[in-house]
Amino acid sequence: MAEKIVLEIARYAPEKDEKPSFQSFEVPFRKEWVVLDALNHIKDKVDGSLTYRWSCRMGVCGSCGMMVNGEPKLTCATFLSSYGNGATVRVEPLRYFPVIRDLVTALSDFLVKLQSVKPWLIRKDEPPLSAGEFLQTPEQLDIYKQFSMCINCTLCYAACPVVGLEPTFVGPAALALAQRYNMDNRDQGAEERLGLLAHPEGIWGCTFVGECTRVCPKHVDPAGAIQQYKLKAALEWVKGFILPRGSEDQSKEVRP
Amino acid sequence: MEIRSHDILLVGGGGAGLRAAIAAAEVNPKLSIAVVSKVYPMRSHTVSAEGGAAGVAKPDDSLDEHAYDTISGGDWMCDQDAVEAFVKEAPQELLRLERWGCPWNREPDGHIAVRAFGGMKKKRTWFAADKTGFHMLHTLFQTSLKYQPITRYDEWFVTKLLVDDGRVQGVVAIDVMSGKIQAITAKAVIVCTGGCGRIFPFTTNANIKNGDGMALVQRAGTPLKDMEFLQYHPTGLPFTGILITEAARAEGGYMINKDGYRYLQDYNLGTPQAKPVLRSMELGPRDRLSQAFVKEDQKGRTVKTEYGSVVHLDLRHLGEKLINAKLPFVRELCMKYENIDPVNELIPVRPVVHYMMGGVSTDINGATSLGGLFAAGEVACVSINGANRLGSNSLTECLVFGARAGRAAAEFAVGQKMPNGRVLAQATDEQKRLEQQYLHKSGGQERIATLRDEMQKAVESGAGIYREQSTLSQAGNKLRELQERYANISLDDHSQTFNTELTSALELGYMLDVAQSIVECALHRTESRGAHQRTDFPERDDQRFLAHSLVRRNSDGSLKVDYLPVKITRWPPGERVYGQEEKPKDGIKQAG
Repeated sequence: MAEKIVLEIARYAPEKDEKPSFQSFEVPFRKEWVVLDALNHIKDKVDGSLTYRWSCRMGVCGSCGMMVNGEPKLTCATFLSSYGNGATVRVEPLRYFPVIRDLVTALSDFLVKLQSVKPWLIRKDEPPLSAGEFLQTPEQLDIYKQFSMCINCTLCYAACPVVGLEPTFVGPAALALAQRYNMDNRDQGAEERLGLLAHPEGIWGCTFVGECTRVCPKHVDPAGAIQQYKLKAALEWVKGFILPRGSEDQSKEVRP
Repeated sequence: MEIRSHDILLVGGGGAGLRAAIAAAEVNPKLSIAVVSKVYPMRSHTVSAEGGAAGVAKPDDSLDEHAYDTISGGDWMCDQDAVEAFVKEAPQELLRLERWGCPWNREPDGHIAVRAFGGMKKKRTWFAADKTGFHMLHTLFQTSLKYQPITRYDEWFVTKLLVDDGRVQGVVAIDVMSGKIQAITAKAVIVCTGGCGRIFPFTTNANIKNGDGMALVQRAGTPLKDMEFLQYHPTGLPFTGILITEAARAEGGYMINKDGYRYLQDYNLGTPQAKPVLRSMELGPRDRLSQAFVKEDQKGRTVKTEYGSVVHLDLRHLGEKLINAKLPFVRELCMKYENIDPVNELIPVRPVVHYMMGGVSTDINGATSLGGLFAAGEVACVSINGANRLGSNSLTECLVFGARAGRAAAEFAVGQKMPNGRVLAQATDEQKRLEQQYLHKSGGQERIATLRDEMQKAVESGAGIYREQSTLSQAGNKLRELQERYANISLDDHSQTFNTELTSALELGYMLDVAQSIVECALHRTESRGAHQRTDFPERDDQRFLAHSLVRRNSDGSLKVDYLPVKITRWPPGERVYGQEEKPKDGIKQAG
């Protein structure tokens, strides 16, 4: 018997459907196929109207995130073989995002959140290029490198229950990106970003469920980033109460 | 029809497009700049680039050596004035990216680290592990967010350049989410849409790389240049075509055949050493390595698999520590997609379509022959890559010529008149065309995927690593047939909302045009040079072909090929020598 797998795919066309429904497609079960290959098979051979995003097919462009059997996954990196011959696999758009059509979600709100954390190098001074590179040792690079690996696939938003309850929460990827710059020894914008994020829709929104870190396909640790951030914010807050202004500088004074 | 207006409009938001947008914004913050991209910019294919970006960085290196490596690597088809500008501006562009936060790998003392790369005589490739393109693109994208003059049109698909009065005046684009067809006018347009690898069946290129910009520009009456020069990268994973970066060989990986023999020694690429030797063996140029694979396959010394013949890339002797530090993505990709661990297993690889050396013909500032129209990055042919691009020159090219095009467009835009009414009539006509030919069309019979598969097979068999008159002619005939059948295309999807079948159909149209240009240029070039190897004309012929091909599309769809002399400044044509000591002709004497 030929080897098959069934994909139950969420379909939704706003011009004619009130709400999403599922449609089943039988596709060949091939060991080298990922879920995305099966979707492409359907689009090419069966139903050209099936709608989803994809591009690089090597897990780095971040386009093809979907819910596969209830888990946020990059479909280009999720093999049919992990579900087994004859299995039925559910494919849905990423949870908590508005659905545009079928498996395509709206990303505009995520982009606004990303921009809101000022994810660029902030400098008080800007030496001329002729002064050469900012120095950064491999150890200094290691401190933030992990947080620079985010591909903006938004799987962490689909995994985060706080995003589900509170859509204005800035969310894991954007907070991890803020921390990526904060921890970069070349950056001088940590204070500015802290002001932007030390509020209930920023870092204090996170209840430390840790799902974001678990689902990340690039092993970024947004939950860890947010906890570090909270600690820093808490220390700043405490300092603001206890120490008089300028005391930090005084405390550093060395008396003979 | 809704009409929007900007001073400068970018088509494409990858490495070149974002660099151009930032450059224009820095030249003149009063300009209004639009970045129109069919994907969110951080999805652009720059993201997949792995190995690094070349630019002289260390005291043992010089600009002339980078220029010579590039020119000899390109088999003397590079315009040498462009190469000289490129190598000179490369270091400062890479440094600028550092200032914007790019996480370049570092020496222990905190300075930039560089690695070896194929065809390069000195270590000059800046890298961010083996995710250099990813880090460059995200750095550029995140940095672009702070520039107020830049407006993004994410997921807008450009279908036409608006041209009147001898200059480009904007584009027509589909807002993919709503399906609305709109005109966006501009005083200058910069095309940065990347390459066209998806014309071929087996490619490292992402799904979005369909030659959009090449076709748009050619349809606007502006020629493409050197389209016969297409690069096969020697190390792609079978089935997926995922790239295993050249950095794997630069760090010391071996290429071995089915007998475990380092076969490159049989192809005039040097003698095997334990440690990598620059410009030798595994660090030879990509064209020569891919050609060696074909010869090795003909000798029956490759390994047969269900996805074609393969040879092996052996990294086992490098050790886990080095692989994790310098090649983590290689390991991740092998484990995920091949279920093998390169720390203790061989990686199966075969040549894979990777890069288009040709493209939109531009001058040294990215300007085309059409007023106000610029191009940069893989879509363009400046040309610095000649007949064969060296690995790690293309990321830098995006920066250097993206910035140049951005600055030139900013200068051009000042003082230009606003677009006139005639282009708006053109835009209305374009809307009607899209509706009649695609959205409202019924009764077509041809499936997009069928035509695409047939196109891919035709170009692969006709215009692959080795070509000849008869196979090229067959491919040309097949493509003409496919163009006719394309008119009879059928769409399942007539929805306005996020219609990806419509965009796939438009992409197929672009690819067919570009494929015809590749075949036509390859037919006309009756010599072998770099990546263009004619079995019926195996020698390089400088007498007749030290010249760029220029291919134009006539109104009846036929193509016309002309030639333009290569610009030689200081490096007269010589022999390409790899694997042994050679003395670069450093061009104290001027060439004729």
